[in-house]
Amino acid sequence: MKKPGIIIVLTLITGAVWFFLQSQPSEPKIEKLVLTGSSTIAPLAAEIGKRFESLHRDVRVDVQTGGSSRGISDARAKLAHIGMVSRALKDDEKDLQGFTVALDGIAVILNKANPVAALDKQQIIAIYTGKVVNWKDVGGNDAPITVVNKAEGRSTLELFLHYFGLKNTDVKPQVIIGDNQQGIKTVLGNPDAIGYVSVGTAEYEAGQGAAIKLLPLDGIAASMENVRNRSFPLARPLNLVTHSEPAGRVKDFIEFAESPQVHDLIEAQYFVPAPR
Amino acid sequence: MSLPHADRRLAVLLQICALLAAAIVLLILLFLLKESLPILQHVALSRFVSDASWHPLQGLYGLTPMLAATLSATLGAVLLAAPLGIASALFSRYYAPPLLAACYRRLIELLAGIPSVVYGFWGLTTLAPLIGRLHPPGVSLLTSMLVLALMILPTVALTVDAALAAVPVAYLRSAAALGLSRWSLIGGVALPVARPGIVAGILLAAGRAIGETMAVLMVTGNVVQLPRNLFDPVRTLTANIALEMAYATGDHRAALFVSGLALMLLVLVLVATAELFSKQRRHV
Repeated sequence: MKKPGIIIVLTLITGAVWFFLQSQPSEPKIEKLVLTGSSTIAPLAAEIGKRFESLHRDVRVDVQTGGSSRGISDARAKLAHIGMVSRALKDDEKDLQGFTVALDGIAVILNKANPVAALDKQQIIAIYTGKVVNWKDVGGNDAPITVVNKAEGRSTLELFLHYFGLKNTDVKPQVIIGDNQQGIKTVLGNPDAIGYVSVGTAEYEAGQGAAIKLLPLDGIAASMENVRNRSFPLARPLNLVTHSEPAGRVKDFIEFAESPQVHDLIEAQYFVPAPR
Repeated sequence: MSLPHADRRLAVLLQICALLAAAIVLLILLFLLKESLPILQHVALSRFVSDASWHPLQGLYGLTPMLAATLSATLGAVLLAAPLGIASALFSRYYAPPLLAACYRRLIELLAGIPSVVYGFWGLTTLAPLIGRLHPPGVSLLTSMLVLALMILPTVALTVDAALAAVPVAYLRSAAALGLSRWSLIGGVALPVARPGIVAGILLAAGRAIGETMAVLMVTGNVVQLPRNLFDPVRTLTANIALEMAYATGDHRAALFVSGLALMLLVLVLVATAELFSKQRRHV
């Protein structure tokens, strides 16, 4: 009985290896749409791409990341059909066509039991870099601050750091969380915690009666409404850019990404669909 | 081996099933290697040990603090759960009246069936605030040890119970005939005979603690640092993968597969140790 066993193992392993090698798709007739750029937009673009593919069987949407600047340079050099840029376009980038698909906003949240009603930009920076470690230094109770930060790679972390001009190595956190829900649960369970989550989630949870409060920034309330009308400062547009006036499949894709057909996908990523 | 025809066909079928299971493990290992290859080609393996911190987006890939966190959380959980589990098994096997023992065993089995995320949720909403009152922030190495100990307690209790049940009745009868007290019977005969099974069970439980992700992710705080005391928040290897995988790309993603590989090696060592102990059992 020993011999057939060995033969079966070998057959299985060869089969598996062959399967691995064969798994690269090699369909000739399919049109490929390449998107490169911001890792914030990439998951959303991949979701939109999947839905787009299911509507257009002859299109493959290939999403690659590398940051907003790669999105700009690839679109300019025509290396990609569409660049993904998770910030407003600069003045010297106006040669590109930009299309805002969604808006992204972040709210700083505290437990409702915390008497602090507002923090200015400098105070938040001091708390996150570990220069202020007690709430009494910013007008609260005599209690140590629990700083809640996001895990590396999250777009909320990227936007938060960018807005406050910090590097992630500067931040001195006590808790690191993954998704927005975990952030809210952590602040709910700890009256001395400070965290930040997407405005969309925070507003929804606070509306459902969760004991958290959204801090205003520069005197502007953190709300979906203020993200949508672009008055809330800790927010940014998520753009798709193209080299020239889009045509053909590229035009179809951008129109699809701007249409209400993908609003559920945008909201699932806790972004706000851009107003039209 | 000469088996009847029907048996031979069954044997082939079973062989295929067993080989499939074995092939899957090998394929997972191959997959992990394939996915971590892009980063291993331009980042030396030693940097995963020697880098000061884990900031993959800034090119720092130190896994040591997380390796230490995984090991210390597991060790703490096992140190807590093993004595409790052994005591619980001894109680149900030698001290409890039969009816109570049967009920008790069902209860422990139920404890084993509770999904880990429920333990995590309980830890985050109840245990962490309690420990936070002692020493903020509450989510810490200690919290994860306690939650993990609770999770692996039924595994220890049930495997030790099974190992004690496998002690030949003749041994126990002979011991009783010599007039040994119940405690000397347990300490002198039952436990030594069941020892390999007990150790294998504890190692099995340790494997479960190492691999646990959701509950740990919720209660450890996930700060990448070497724990200086029990109240420090730490991050385990499993939590690292779960936290960052969804949004990781390029080198960051490949580095996460390296942490997966490290975890797999850790479990491999554990399983090999368990295997060693269960081999010993055959010589008893």
